[in-house]
Amino acid sequence: MAEISLSNVRHSYLDEPGEDADWALKNVDLVWEDGGAYALLGSSGCGKTTMLNLISGLLTPTEGRILFDGKDVTRNQAEARNIAQVFQFPVVYDTMTVRQNLAFPLKNRGVARYEIDKRVREIAGLLDLEASLDKRARGLTADGKQKISLGRGLVRSDVNAILFDEPLTVIDPHLKWQLRSKLKELHQRVGATMIYVTHDQTEALTFADQVVVMHDGHVVQSGSPVELFENPRHTFVGHFIGSPGMNVLPGTLLNGKVTYCGYSLDGEYSDKAIDRILNSENFEIGVRPENIHFSREGIPVEVTRVDDTGRMKIVTTRHNQQNIRLIVPEGEAVPEQQGYIQFSPGGASVYLDSWLLDAEGGHS
Amino acid sequence: MSTKTVNQKAWFMVLPVVLLVAFNAVIPLMTVVNYSLQETFGDNVFFYEGLTWFEQVLHSERFHAALGRQAAFTLIILLIEIPLGVAIALAMPRKGIGVPVCLVLMSLPLLIPWNVVGAMWNIFALPEIGLLGKTLNSLGFDYNYTRQPFDAWATTIAMDVWHWTSLVVLLAYAGLSAIPDDFYQAARIDGASRWSVFRYIQLPKLKRVLTIAILLRFMDSFMIYTEPFVLTGGGPGNTTTFLSIDLVKMALGQFDLGPAAAMSIIYFLVILLVSWVFYTYTMRHED
Repeated sequence: MAEISLSNVRHSYLDEPGEDADWALKNVDLVWEDGGAYALLGSSGCGKTTMLNLISGLLTPTEGRILFDGKDVTRNQAEARNIAQVFQFPVVYDTMTVRQNLAFPLKNRGVARYEIDKRVREIAGLLDLEASLDKRARGLTADGKQKISLGRGLVRSDVNAILFDEPLTVIDPHLKWQLRSKLKELHQRVGATMIYVTHDQTEALTFADQVVVMHDGHVVQSGSPVELFENPRHTFVGHFIGSPGMNVLPGTLLNGKVTYCGYSLDGEYSDKAIDRILNSENFEIGVRPENIHFSREGIPVEVTRVDDTGRMKIVTTRHNQQNIRLIVPEGEAVPEQQGYIQFSPGGASVYLDSWLLDAEGGHS
Repeated sequence: MSTKTVNQKAWFMVLPVVLLVAFNAVIPLMTVVNYSLQETFGDNVFFYEGLTWFEQVLHSERFHAALGRQAAFTLIILLIEIPLGVAIALAMPRKGIGVPVCLVLMSLPLLIPWNVVGAMWNIFALPEIGLLGKTLNSLGFDYNYTRQPFDAWATTIAMDVWHWTSLVVLLAYAGLSAIPDDFYQAARIDGASRWSVFRYIQLPKLKRVLTIAILLRFMDSFMIYTEPFVLTGGGPGNTTTFLSIDLVKMALGQFDLGPAAAMSIIYFLVILLVSWVFYTYTMRHED
């Protein structure tokens, strides 16, 4: 087990990367603490899998260093890094039985036979594979095969980290829940660092203590689920986390005040902050649907849609060609057609070129 | 209640195929069957002979010898071409400019007509003037494929390996290219050795294409005619007279149409039977 740090890591799949778009991973500085349960979240193509492959050593970064407990392993191959990795699509060794498949990573490393037997039985028990241990792996369903892939990742007891690359994509929904809680349970038992890649926020939030959000080759934020929800540092995080995501609205400066369509936001911004707003290309205001409520005065809106989820209503409104979503607790009235909305105190934040601006004028 | 319309006219749709297959395969084959059961003295006069020709061929030492030579030849070239083809495919580059270069180089022997291959090797191996023959002799080997049976065999096998290993290479290369990267990555994570990767990933994934490669090479080499005919003419003596060469000698050289027809049918059934048994056996666990 080890603390894994990425120091100024950049990676490109091209031989001679030039412009920004050539880089799959754009300058990542990040520490994965020993024993943490992490989720790596982001939309498809944002660099999640690249990040995993760099950690496991399947890829060598174009620039930067990777450290395990302070030791430079950048040039070490996957075999030498002692990392377990589970891939999105099941990989099984067709000609082997399930038992042989599970034993394979241990056998290759010269683990003693009785130890192998013990580990294989333990993992098979955990994944409900006992009954099929002596069956050929090829005959199993996609579910079963992916369980074997998971099992091969979990079977080694001394790994530095276990990486999961969207491992439950091919698994049935009801089994997904079961397996996810098993992984969580396993994490609590063995305490290995686990990094779980997904683009599904529910999956990320149920598994992880810490969530790392990636967007377009950057790590945009890393923190606990609550932090990400309450304090998104980037509009992508606000949009991606939460259901529905944060409203991102065009902002304007009026007499030195931050306003949305003439309605000024509370909170004071320093001269430096105002100065930065004036100089930015893209000035936006982010408000979570949870932080908006109907009122007798405020921003006039037209109610266009109400989705009742049971515990609450998700109301879509329109103001000035702009959709604004808000969450109304069950039992509270929703205006028929026209209404007024207000932002809760402290509920709106300023984003310049997609990054959060704090009141002093710095990026947090 | 079923209200299905019965329309027997659909059978006419099959007619073209039936005719094609009839003219293409059934009728020529029936001619051979016809000859194999009868004796003819020309002038379209036939006498029914029953299974006499079959008995004669099956009991003839000449047929046994040709069949033995044929089986040995096919076995030897399979044992060389399949492993060699897989080895070359494994060594070929996976990306870059090397891929098209290798593919073109590998395809070249396959594009040369059989009789040209035979003629090339005939001259190439001539002991007095051929590059190969002369070099071997000047190195001190007493090499002469027109006189020594071993040399004739070695040259014929070398020629077949040169001509046909490419087919195995191309099939195996296609099979290897179809293996997803995930498998290799998983193997690296699992700490698998190079041999384990071959044994547990590449070989199992190649099973289907190799089955096809073995079948094609079995059938083709078992029917080989032109190349050894041009190279050695079946000699010295009868030492490289394989089944096809023997068959042509019997049918056209001696004009023994009855025994030749019986031999053709036996020949055909041997190839069919071996291919079927091999395919059924190797694919018994496939879905």
